[in-house]
Amino acid sequence: MKKLINDPADVVAEALKGVAAAHPDRLRVDHEQKIVYRRDAPRQGKVGLISGGGSGHEPMHAGYVGLGMLDAACCGEVFTSPVPDQMMAATTAVDGGAGVLHIVKNYTGDVMNFEMAAEMAAADSGVRVESVVTNDDVAVTDSLYTAGRRGVGVTVLLEKIVGAAAEEGRDLDAVLALAQQVNDNGRSMGMALTSCTVPAAGTPTFELADDEMELGIGIHGEPGRSTVKLAPAREIAQQLVEPVLADHDFTGAPAIVMLNGMGGTPLIELYLMYGEVAQILRKSGVEVARCLVGNYITSLEMAGCSVTVLRASDELLKLWDAPVNTTGLRWGV
Amino acid sequence: MAAISTEQAGAWLADYAQVIGENAAMLTDLDRQTGDADHGSNMDRGMKAVAALDVSSFDSPGALLKKAGMTLVSNVGGASGPLYGTFFLRFAGALDDGPDDASGLLGALRAGLEGIEQRGKAERGDKTMIDALAPAVEAFETQSGAGTSAALTAAAKAAARGRDEATDLIARKGRASYLGERSKGKQDPGATSMTLLLESAARTLGSA
Repeated sequence: MKKLINDPADVVAEALKGVAAAHPDRLRVDHEQKIVYRRDAPRQGKVGLISGGGSGHEPMHAGYVGLGMLDAACCGEVFTSPVPDQMMAATTAVDGGAGVLHIVKNYTGDVMNFEMAAEMAAADSGVRVESVVTNDDVAVTDSLYTAGRRGVGVTVLLEKIVGAAAEEGRDLDAVLALAQQVNDNGRSMGMALTSCTVPAAGTPTFELADDEMELGIGIHGEPGRSTVKLAPAREIAQQLVEPVLADHDFTGAPAIVMLNGMGGTPLIELYLMYGEVAQILRKSGVEVARCLVGNYITSLEMAGCSVTVLRASDELLKLWDAPVNTTGLRWGV
Repeated sequence: MAAISTEQAGAWLADYAQVIGENAAMLTDLDRQTGDADHGSNMDRGMKAVAALDVSSFDSPGALLKKAGMTLVSNVGGASGPLYGTFFLRFAGALDDGPDDASGLLGALRAGLEGIEQRGKAERGDKTMIDALAPAVEAFETQSGAGTSAALTAAAKAAARGRDEATDLIARKGRASYLGERSKGKQDPGATSMTLLLESAARTLGSA
């Protein structure tokens, strides 16, 4: 294992020290609880937005704390959900009297820890908490009898759009309904060229031969649905976009598209992939109104990418264009 | 009168913490094959925090085990924190009910199992820790007339059998479920750490 670390056990704590040192103007870090707060939280009368999850997906979620997005991010160990104590503390700290929305990605651990936190917050502090669980990953067969689809790329788009709505002063019911709408209309599919190494584990999570790729990955370095032969970018783009388009109707409305890098793929390849994806979308009658290309929701140093398509509307585009000032996304300010 | 003493509960936790420490790399390696390579290190972090509790400061086994459950919830994260935390919280809450030691322990084990089923929304056959715990509770019940030592030994054996039988299942819950068919043939990390917990109970909680 070759990593820029000191002790594997200290990776998250020491990275948060760096976050605090780099962005004192925008962020405040609770090092004890491993929570990153927006500098000016709580904002009176504004719905508080909290997300969180395992670390290793940077810039998500701490990189999306700030004006127009999250009020706090709870950081777990690498690829491990944070604990209810963190969500409890963050919920109380960001409540400005309008209630708090928990943005949770659909993984067994994340859902259970956030559920326990919401139960405890309701019992202890009286803060009104609502939750949205993202589950946009079409690689997973959805069924009542399984853990269901994973929450991946749409989480980034949701945090931006819902963050703008909360900033506008919409109430908790409206913010929750909007969050649900975004999740319901977004789909993602990802692939990996390499695995990644969890610092505490020390060796790659799975093996891939030089001529293989993993199709249908999530964001935790977990193996995907199938290992297949490596193909030209044009074919990979097809393999990613087809299942997304087959799962939801994206025609007849503006779309927001994200071509996301998994952490270890250079931008030149991501742009090449975006070119392929944009061409397929155009041929399929999808009108791309906005796009993001870059590393937004990652799996440590994994090489690969994911495609997220969101069926938007004029209202969603207006919220998308609203000012945002976080370390991961910044425009209009 | 509780089915076990505070000292026995403390010995159980200390034994399990040691066993988890010794098997952390193995558990993480199982998790690497079907999940995200953190089960051993997460459980080890949690059980080290539990082992640091001062057993002598608790006046009942229920109080100690409740604190152990809260400690796991607060330190582990992932799925195993809430699941093992809920197991110990429910186990502790049910411990004092029962006319004799065996029925008291049976009630506690059953409450722990129900807690995990509710929290994890999982059932037997989903390829999870329930596939070790559920047959263990059944075996304990069948053998409970023979005293807690014999019943716990039977429970530990049943857990190991359940863990091994679950290897051939397709995971329907937890991160391994994303693998679908590819989870078949892989040993489940949660069923493995649960078996270790019951083997540890058999070493420490039994009385004639």
